[in-house]
Amino acid sequence: MAVRASIASRLNLPAGRLARREALVGVLLVMPWFVGFLVFLLGPMLVSVYLSFTDWDLLTPAKFVGLKNYRKMIFEDPLIKQALKVTTIYAFSAVPLRVVGGLLLAVLLNQNIKLKSFIRTVFYLPSVVSGVAVAMLWLWIFNSDFGLLNLILNLFGISGPAWLSDTRYVLAAFVIMSLWGVGGSMVIYLAGLQGVPTDLYEAAEVDGANSLTRFWYITLPMISPVIFFNLVMSIIAALQIFNQAYIMTQGGPQNASMFMMLYLYFNAFEYFKMGYASALAWLIFFYILALTLLVFRSSSHWVFYTGSVRGK
Amino acid sequence: MKLDTIVKNTGLEASRRFAAPSLWASKRWQGRLSLTLTYALLLFFGALVTLPFLWMLSTSLKQMDDIFLFPPKWIPDPIVWSNYPRALSKVPFLLFFKNTFIITFFAIIGTLVSASLVAYSFARLRWPGRDVCFFIVLTTLMLPHQVTLIPQFIIFRELNWIDTLLPLIVPWFFGGGAFNIFLLRQFFITIPEELDDAARIDGCSYLGIYARIIIPMSRPVLAAVAIFAFQNHWNEFLLPLIYIHSRSRYTLALGLRLFQEQYWVDWSGLMAASTVVMLPVLLVFYFAQRYFIQGIVFTGVKG
Repeated sequence: MAVRASIASRLNLPAGRLARREALVGVLLVMPWFVGFLVFLLGPMLVSVYLSFTDWDLLTPAKFVGLKNYRKMIFEDPLIKQALKVTTIYAFSAVPLRVVGGLLLAVLLNQNIKLKSFIRTVFYLPSVVSGVAVAMLWLWIFNSDFGLLNLILNLFGISGPAWLSDTRYVLAAFVIMSLWGVGGSMVIYLAGLQGVPTDLYEAAEVDGANSLTRFWYITLPMISPVIFFNLVMSIIAALQIFNQAYIMTQGGPQNASMFMMLYLYFNAFEYFKMGYASALAWLIFFYILALTLLVFRSSSHWVFYTGSVRGK
Repeated sequence: MKLDTIVKNTGLEASRRFAAPSLWASKRWQGRLSLTLTYALLLFFGALVTLPFLWMLSTSLKQMDDIFLFPPKWIPDPIVWSNYPRALSKVPFLLFFKNTFIITFFAIIGTLVSASLVAYSFARLRWPGRDVCFFIVLTTLMLPHQVTLIPQFIIFRELNWIDTLLPLIVPWFFGGGAFNIFLLRQFFITIPEELDDAARIDGCSYLGIYARIIIPMSRPVLAAVAIFAFQNHWNEFLLPLIYIHSRSRYTLALGLRLFQEQYWVDWSGLMAASTVVMLPVLLVFYFAQRYFIQGIVFTGVKG
């Protein structure tokens, strides 16, 4: 405050006017965000609520139909159950594998080894190149006759399945593909591991703890906030899987990979059922919200913040 | 009785002298074993992660018939470089490249300018309602985008912007994304405020402080934001899919799909094209790795 007064006197302005000028500039600078928030977020969310109570094909005017879309979604549409099912199965297999796999790699890499940053780069590379090109690459890898995966399985005398056109294997294929990007969470774990104070390990070693107990009682609790962060991010990403599925299977075979976002896209932009698709969007939204909240609620039991211990 | 004598009398000393070096040796041996195991595991997983890339490169250089050989040839013979020009001339690749570049370039500019100005206001300027607004930014950080997808499409349809590049660029000039605002604001508040005060006393304006102090001191984090934005816009698929219909405005992501629309898939051509599409991202990553990792660490651990 003293600084402010001195600035004001230096500029020959009363302090109140200076504060007002600062507030004016501050509000002006934030305006673009605020307009964007209203036009691209808050407005659309309200419109989306309204649309979910209508029938609208973009050509004829929207017709208010009350709860019809929601009724259809819950009681009549078998595909939505399928979409929820496959998305949930995918998320519940891909997320734990990613969270644990990333941690495992990070622990391996966090030792006193050579070429550390090179190895880190190798593992991180796949998460840099997400997108259509990657989906195309995996389309080729999963090719049942000449794809890399089945060629490798062949070396061990296993004749691999038709990954993307077999209802039993298509979800596994997407899980395998998501595991390829495990380096993304690994990098975050590595940063967390480097923040664990070494004196904790030294003290434990003096007390005779072996490496497994050290990992269990020191490493895990100390990086639990990072595990939590990775868990939440992976869940949100997994439940919104779209690109790979759209490019590689279009939801097939027999809707075995009809993920929720894919079903939303088809309803909105291929069948032009904007009202029903909006209702679906809210279903997806609340499903993600519910799972995320569940993880947040559970976090008090297993996430350990150093700050709170120092206070005791 | 002294401890030494007890030890001597019971013969404990001898056993201790005997045990100590062997314990030490076994520890060292254990360390070596675990280190070897670590290298072996890293090598194994590293190979698994690298194989798809090598497979892509290898396929992209093979002649048509060699693609369907068993066991596969990893090193193409002959090496068919002409797969690349063939693939790139099959679809108007240069045009797709140009469109993707325009979108990516302007979206990054919009993100950097817009997000940094907003973040500056949140970090440094005092105005009524600031904390409430920042709280809203944090809330929108958690909002998945599917709910706004359809209404946004309707807005751009009303504006007659469907089938133009505008819906993919313009929104980024309005705040540049909650995540970027948050990231930049967190960085800006670590810059000592005394610098601002000194500049103010010398008569510098608020925008002057932004341009001469905050921005020059935040180059690493601005680089991280720019690189993430580059990666996202270059790889973006859903939004171009919704907004762009004419082939002349396709992005690379949409253009790659044209390879799928044929009766048979030209795998070597598709892999060549995929390699070319991935290349800019890989190059940017290679040269800016430091900022990449820093950005991730900053968001993951401190965020």
